[in-house]
Amino acid sequence: MTFRKLALSTLCAAAFALPSGGAMAAGEPGKITDFAFSFEGPFGTYDRNQLQRGLQIYHEFCSACHGMDYVAFRTLSDPGGPELPPEEMRAFAAMYEVWDPELRDWRTASQTDHFPDPNFEGAPDLSLMAKARIGFSGPNGLLINQLRKGLGGPEYIASYLLGYTGEEDFQAGSMFYFNEAYGDWVSMAPVLFDDMTVFADGTPATEEQMAKDVAAFLMWTAEPHLNSRKNAGLTGVIFLGVLTVLLYLTNKQLWAPVKARAKAEVKKQNKG
Amino acid sequence: MSGIPHDHYEPKTGGEKWLHRRLPIVGLIYDTIMLPTPKNLNWMWIWGIVLTFTLVLQIVTGVVLAMHYAADVDLAFASVEHIMRNVNGGHMLRYIHQNGSMLMFLAVYLHIFRGMYYGSYKAPREVTWIIGMLIYVLMMATAFMGYVLPWGQMSFWGATVITGLFGAIPFVGETLQTWLLGGPAVGNATLNRFFSLHYLLPFLILGLTIVHIWAFHTTGNNNPTGVEVRRTSKEEAEKDTLPFWPYFVIKDLFALAVIFLVFWAVVAFMPNFLGHADNYIEADPLVTPTHIVPEWYFLSFYAILRAFTADVWLVQIVQFLSFGIIDASFFGVLAMFGAIIVMVFLPWLDTSTVRSGRYRPQFKIFFWIFIANFVVLTWVGAMPAEGIYTNIALIGTTYWFAYFLVILPVLGLREKPLPVPATIEEDFNQTIKADLERKGGLGRGPEPERVPAE
Repeated sequence: MTFRKLALSTLCAAAFALPSGGAMAAGEPGKITDFAFSFEGPFGTYDRNQLQRGLQIYHEFCSACHGMDYVAFRTLSDPGGPELPPEEMRAFAAMYEVWDPELRDWRTASQTDHFPDPNFEGAPDLSLMAKARIGFSGPNGLLINQLRKGLGGPEYIASYLLGYTGEEDFQAGSMFYFNEAYGDWVSMAPVLFDDMTVFADGTPATEEQMAKDVAAFLMWTAEPHLNSRKNAGLTGVIFLGVLTVLLYLTNKQLWAPVKARAKAEVKKQNKG
Repeated sequence: MSGIPHDHYEPKTGGEKWLHRRLPIVGLIYDTIMLPTPKNLNWMWIWGIVLTFTLVLQIVTGVVLAMHYAADVDLAFASVEHIMRNVNGGHMLRYIHQNGSMLMFLAVYLHIFRGMYYGSYKAPREVTWIIGMLIYVLMMATAFMGYVLPWGQMSFWGATVITGLFGAIPFVGETLQTWLLGGPAVGNATLNRFFSLHYLLPFLILGLTIVHIWAFHTTGNNNPTGVEVRRTSKEEAEKDTLPFWPYFVIKDLFALAVIFLVFWAVVAFMPNFLGHADNYIEADPLVTPTHIVPEWYFLSFYAILRAFTADVWLVQIVQFLSFGIIDASFFGVLAMFGAIIVMVFLPWLDTSTVRSGRYRPQFKIFFWIFIANFVVLTWVGAMPAEGIYTNIALIGTTYWFAYFLVILPVLGLREKPLPVPATIEEDFNQTIKADLERKGGLGRGPEPERVPAE
C-alpha cells in the first residue's frame, strides 16, 4: 500500500459513507436538466477541450474513489478523444499506480495499462456510466422524451453532480445526502464547488461547467468511437440514399412496359 | 419446381449439358429465381427478402463477433467492451448485430401480420405457415440466448426470469430448469451453453428458411387478392405473373435499400435507443434491477405471461379444479406458450372460404383490433405489473385468444364476403385503371366484371 493509496482511501472515507444499493439508479430518474452537449445530434462530435477539462476533473476528484477499468491510458491520445499528445499521455499515466499480478505489487502505470479499479468498494466503475444511466424516459413508456431529448446519460451525470439540495441525514452510522436527480437520499457527498480547480484553457471553473465537462468526458469513456460512428453513419446514409434513388429509377423503368401494356388493355376495354 | 407452367432451364452448350446431366444445379437456380410471381404483389411482400438479408447479416456479423468474444462469466462483459473499444470496426459490428436483431423482429412481425391479413396460411400453404412459425420460435430462442451473452445486468436477470418459467411447470419444473441452466442458478455453464446454441440456431433458421422458400415455390406465392394464378396454360399464367428476376428482385432491392437507409441511421445515430441502460452494468447476482424487462419484441408475450395473477377468477377456478397443480405462475406460462402455439393452428381455425382479408369487411375490423391489441400488449409489457396495467394485459390477452379461437372460426361461417376478382390480371389492371382515373386519363367506363366469391 503506497502513500497515494492510503491518502486516497482516507479521502474516500472522509467524503463518502458506505453506499446502500445506490448503484442501481437506472429506474425512474428525478429532476434531470437537458444540458446541451457538443456531441448531440447526427453531426455532433466531442469537444476536445471539454474532454480534457473533464479528464482533469476526473483525475483530481472522481478518481479518489471511482475507477475506470475499461479505459486504457493510451486511448487518451486517440483521435476523437481528449487527444493528449503521446508524451503528455505517458506522463499522465505515470501519475497512477496499478496492481501488477505478476509482480504481486503496485507499480507505476504505463500507457498500455487501464485506469485503476475503484478504490472504494461502494464507488461504481465509471467507464460505462454515461450509457448505464438514462436521463429521459416516458411519458408512460411511450419513448417520446427519449426521441426528443436523447437517452440523456451525460445529462443524468451532470444533473446528479448538481442535484444536491444540501439536506443531510445521518442514519445507521452513515451520512446520506438528498439528490434531486436521483430523487432520493444518496451516499455520495457533493463533490463539486465553484473554483475548486483551474482550467488551463481559461474556462471559468463553475460548478455547472465542471459537472458538464466531466459528464462529457464520461460519455467519451463510455463511447470512445462516437465520432467515427457518426461519420460512418453519414457516409452510409448518403451512399444508401443514392442507391435508393437509382434502384427506384431502375424499378420504374423496368415496370414501365408492363404497366403500359396494362394501360392499353384498360383503355381498349373502356372503349369496348 | 412450381406448379405454375413456365419456361424451364434448357442447357445449350456442350459444357452446360455435361454439367446438367451430372448435377442440375444451374436449372435449380434458374427455376428458383425465374419463379412466376403474381404481378399484383404490394409493398407488404418485401419483408421476406428483408428477413433473408438480415439473417445473413446477423450470421456474418455474429461470426466475426464470436472471434473476439469470450464466453466466461469473468471475461464476457470485458470482451464485449474489448470489441467496442479495440477491435477494428468492432463497435459498428456489435451495434449492427444488436439492432439487426430488432430489425429482424420488426420484419418478422410485419411478415406474419401480412400473412394473417391476406390469408397466406390457408390451403395449400399450411406447411409454409407452420415452417414460418417454427422459424419464428427459433428466432425467439436465438434472440433470448444472444441477449444473455454480453453478461450485463439485464442479460443475467432476464435469463433468470425466463428460465424460471420452466421452473413453474409442476413436478418436473425444477429438474428441467436445472438441466437448462446446467446448475442451480444462471452461471458459467448457462453462459457457455447459450453461446453454443446462439451460434447453432441461426444455421437451423437458415435451413428452415430454405425449406420455407421451397414450400411456397411449390404452391406459388399468395397475393393481395388471394386468387390463385391461372395454371391451365403457360399463356394464361403469363398474364397473371411476371418472373421473379428481374421484376421482383429489383423491386425488393429498392425496398431493401430504403429499409437499410433507416436501419443504418438508427445504428449510427441512436444505437442504444431500443436497448436497456442496465445492460451496460456487469451482471451482479446480488443486485436485482428495479424493473426486469425483456427486449421490446418479447414484450407482448411478457404481458400475457404476467396477466394471470392469483386474483383472476379463471386462475382460481383452474387451480381449484386441478387440485392446485396449475397455480397462477404455471397458468401464465401456459398462456404465454399457448399464445404462440395457437398461431400454428391458424390454417384450421380460420373457416372462411375467402382467402384475402381485402374482401372480408368484418374480418378487417377484427384484424385491425388484433394489431392494435398487439401494440398495446407490447406497451403494457414494458410497464410495471401493477394497477391498471394488469387489467389492460388481461383484456389484451383475452382478445388474443378470442381472436384465434372464437372470432376467426365463427366469422368465417357468418360473414358475407365481397366479390373477389376473377383473375390476378384483372386486379392488376384495376389498379392501373384506378391510377389512370385519378390522373384523369380515362373517361367513365363500364364496371369490370366481378364474380361472386362462392
